Amino acid sequence: MSATLTRPVDQPAAPFVPAYRFELVKLLVQGRIRAVLLVCLLAPAAFVAVISQQSSLPTDTVFGRWMNATGWAGSLVILAFACSWGLPLLVSLVASDVFATEDRLGTWRHLMVAVRSPRRIFAAKALASLTVTLLLVGCLVASSIIGGLAAVGNHSLIGLDGHVLTAGVAARTVVLAWACVVTPALAFGAIGLLGSVLLGRSPMGLLVPAVLALAMNLALMLPVPVAFRLALPSNAFLAWRGLFTEPASSGPLLIGIVVSLLWTAAATGLAYVIFVRRDFTDLSNDGATRRTLVAAALPLAVLTGATALVLAVASPGSTGTGVEKSKLEASLSTAFSHLYVLQTRELHRPSVTEAQLETSTACDKGGSRVPDHGPGNDWRCVVTWRLPGASATGSAIYQLDVTADGRYIADGDGPKEVNGSFQVRTSTGDTPNPLWQLDGYVDLLDRN
Amino acid sequence: MRSTPAVRARGISKWFGRVIALDEVDLDVGAGQVHGLVGPNGAGKTTLLGLLLGLARPDAGSLEILGTPARQTLVVPDGVAGFVDGPGLYPTLTARQNLAALASLRGTRTSSAVDDALEQVGLGDVADNRVRGFSLGMRQRLGLAAALLTHPRLLILDEPSNGLDPAGKQHVHQVIGRLSDDGVAVVLSSHRMDDVAALCTDVTLLATGRVVFTGPLAKLAAESDENDYRVITSDSAKAAVVAADTPGLRIIEAGDALVVRGPVLAIDHLVIRLVGADVALRELTPVVSPLEAAFLALTHTESPL
Repeated sequence: MSATLTRPVDQPAAPFVPAYRFELVKLLVQGRIRAVLLVCLLAPAAFVAVISQQSSLPTDTVFGRWMNATGWAGSLVILAFACSWGLPLLVSLVASDVFATEDRLGTWRHLMVAVRSPRRIFAAKALASLTVTLLLVGCLVASSIIGGLAAVGNHSLIGLDGHVLTAGVAARTVVLAWACVVTPALAFGAIGLLGSVLLGRSPMGLLVPAVLALAMNLALMLPVPVAFRLALPSNAFLAWRGLFTEPASSGPLLIGIVVSLLWTAAATGLAYVIFVRRDFTDLSNDGATRRTLVAAALPLAVLTGATALVLAVASPGSTGTGVEKSKLEASLSTAFSHLYVLQTRELHRPSVTEAQLETSTACDKGGSRVPDHGPGNDWRCVVTWRLPGASATGSAIYQLDVTADGRYIADGDGPKEVNGSFQVRTSTGDTPNPLWQLDGYVDLLDRN
Repeated sequence: MRSTPAVRARGISKWFGRVIALDEVDLDVGAGQVHGLVGPNGAGKTTLLGLLLGLARPDAGSLEILGTPARQTLVVPDGVAGFVDGPGLYPTLTARQNLAALASLRGTRTSSAVDDALEQVGLGDVADNRVRGFSLGMRQRLGLAAALLTHPRLLILDEPSNGLDPAGKQHVHQVIGRLSDDGVAVVLSSHRMDDVAALCTDVTLLATGRVVFTGPLAKLAAESDENDYRVITSDSAKAAVVAADTPGLRIIEAGDALVVRGPVLAIDHLVIRLVGADVALRELTPVVSPLEAAFLALTHTESPL
């Protein structure tokens, strides 16, 4: 054979856009991803449309009691469900498999030869999983809003302090609330990437974000110090509720977003370093070693500890649970005032303003032997108010079930025409009594 | 323009932790040459092919690919293509989608190049079928088509005949032969000496990471000084006595068919002695081919007998 070879130039790495497009196609052709996409597109709309028409509403879920009053409440109920387990599960399905699938199919060497840049492969995979995650979240948002508006209509929404959000404000705030949970979803997506890189072909990698979210949710159900609570990315899945008070409780929300971004950066960075160091000629090596597992888990544990420490120093009150008597009293007074005005309007009573009511609240937790702080269902509050021109004050009792995240359900027990009955008779018929049972929210960071 | 070998390796070694995968390996592959890498499992074939594809760099020694020193992982000259450890395809994509994605990554004009590559390996009819439903042989052919997309000058193939039926094997052999005629250097690994004999002009035998033979196939066959032969005669008992008396020959198995081991010269003597002893020779066949015998002897692998 006498053929000759001229000295060629080195093969350049594949351009980023085709690599990204390839990763996107690989994700979107998977039956599992398509099925999830379909569910995200149809299930929220169907759920909201059906439940909104029921007489029994999911009152345990925040905004559930308003589902038949406004279409915006349905989207928030879906948001609450998504934040408790839905979003970590979604990112598990997408991000946690994006690297591991190459191990299962035995395609790493093939992909390396085609793209010729581990950095570019990593970036393409990370961006493709982010795109699909955002697509799924977008489907949830659109579907839940469309379902709610179609079934109930575009009406004003009652906030978590009882104030009325006009339809336009409700629309903006609902979309903003969804936008705020994108950052913790990204954090869990990054954890999914890390799990996928770390655990190789092991199916355990697929479960990492879901298991971690479950563990964090369990931790957040306990009366842990606020600083520790805020240092966890899953806290941002709850902090959006602060948008529905007036003024908005933005402290925990902003901290949640920053913490989520830090987790996203740390987990993505760790995944990147571990990935580019992997030897793809060693057939026995799929990246999963005890050493790399520890190397990945340790920095995230340190990040949590350091964040909690910084928050504890910056906000001295954050070493407690954040559920304090004074905060509950202020929150319940505000909510009661707003809802009393709403009830007055619905019943066509003489108009009254929140300021005229001069509402005050006295709360006690579990009697004299129990300290008046911390979550629990043994809070008992007495609300008093004064009507303009009347010499006597009105009073109503509420039993509060306060959860560790600052949310509470106040169950009324007082005058029938105020909070003693679950329905009130209006000119258009019987409607739910806004003062009988109400949702409230306490800013755990607030030093009230 | 100067003549440059497609592959020139000198003393290359590769370690995985404490395990040595390649131990001072030399390899020369010229343009248009079809070079077989043969060896038992764990001999280092896939590792060597991985180095040629740029998946890793050697820990010691020098490696030049198409005249360019391999110094950096994943940096190889333009014109190198192929696969190791299976063709690496995505089962949820169709054959066309798999190739189109690769063509796009390589900046190749997509549709005509893909169609051309699929036709070359005989998969034009199933271009729009998902790879999930492909047999192992079809996947191997699709892997070859993927490698052909870039019009390579050095083609690296790991077990390209694995899982192929006779027709598929013939198809692949024709493609490789055509590429060789066009001056493309092909390095392929195989467990099967018949594939190597049908395709390769040169062969390198690896055992536990070391080269035990490298050179033309004919030279490898000559390396084997002893081989096993099956002898069927009119009188097997008498034939066994004659064989036992023949210098340089050992009886491996006695019975209706006699199996003896020895050099060709001793076999010649056995035939002459059998005729002299009035024993009719009905069959004399090597148990394994000379190439396989050489392989077994050089890699210290037991005969399948």
